[in-house]
Amino acid sequence: MRKYLLPLAVFVLVAIFLWRGLFLNPQEVPSPLIGKSIPEFSLPKLQKENSVVTSETFLGKVWVLNVFASWCTPCLDEHPMLMELASQNRVMIVGLNYKDGFQSAADWLGKHGNPYSAVAVDIDGLVGMDFGVYGVPETFLIDKSGVIRYKKIGPLSSTEIQDELLPLVESLQ
Amino acid sequence: MTKKFFLSTAWLFFLSLSSISNAQPSSDLSADFQEKVKSISAELRCLVCQNQTIADSNASLAIDLRNQVSRMLRQGKSEQEIKRYMVERYGDFVLYDPPVKWQTWALWFGPFLLLVLAIAFLVSSQLKRRAEPDSDFNPANREDLRALLRGDKDQL
Repeated sequence: MRKYLLPLAVFVLVAIFLWRGLFLNPQEVPSPLIGKSIPEFSLPKLQKENSVVTSETFLGKVWVLNVFASWCTPCLDEHPMLMELASQNRVMIVGLNYKDGFQSAADWLGKHGNPYSAVAVDIDGLVGMDFGVYGVPETFLIDKSGVIRYKKIGPLSSTEIQDELLPLVESLQ
Repeated sequence: MTKKFFLSTAWLFFLSLSSISNAQPSSDLSADFQEKVKSISAELRCLVCQNQTIADSNASLAIDLRNQVSRMLRQGKSEQEIKRYMVERYGDFVLYDPPVKWQTWALWFGPFLLLVLAIAFLVSSQLKRRAEPDSDFNPANREDLRALLRGDKDQL
């Protein structure tokens, strides 16, 4: 009986690791940016051609930065949640239009609705690169002093907004 | 042979593409420079297609990051500075050669630990087998066995 104990223990250990592996998402790379200040940027503002959105524009506020593009299909899945979040007026949402264009971004928002208080247009994606963006949509929660507190890669679900994002927003206010 | 040919053609094709998209002054397109961009890119993981390097991948993010590598090289940045730039944004995960720190100890030393454990297990089980007398052996049969070894089958 005792001689089966070791193989059994090894089997159970391997099974636990493999079982956990089934539910891990390799696309979710932990961001080194959480707990750090947002990168400096200054980008043209959509539909207000002469003004800019900068990394300092929203200092003193808790705000959400949502990276989107008109070519991004998962953004469309996430879009109703953002509209819902915007209608609740609990946190300001700023859009970062990533590797897209003024016209296509404006058309997309015109067609599906605009949840953003402001949209910064990052045509060549260099600001996105500074934010470590690699899978649109991505969402960042930024505190009053401009520090990134939360990051989600891929579309937000309504559960994630309710259980993760909003409680964090409350605690940072 | 054909695969090699295909790969090198694909590589040439990609090189020509990247030189068009970069639209750099021709002095920057020296073979040495391209070689440097390629060698750094080959050590960075493409975040979108995670089993490829950014040198191998044609995902748009990989192209952007390759362009960033060549831009930073042109600015005179060193390989270390470029890698630090990538790690600051995407984490250690972008490096194909992960640094040795406590979070990666299991990755670096785990296989050696397993090897040591396996050897220990092997040695101990061998020793145990040697120490245990063969319980099936009955001394009364000793003569019969001797006879068998001598070849006197008839005696049995």
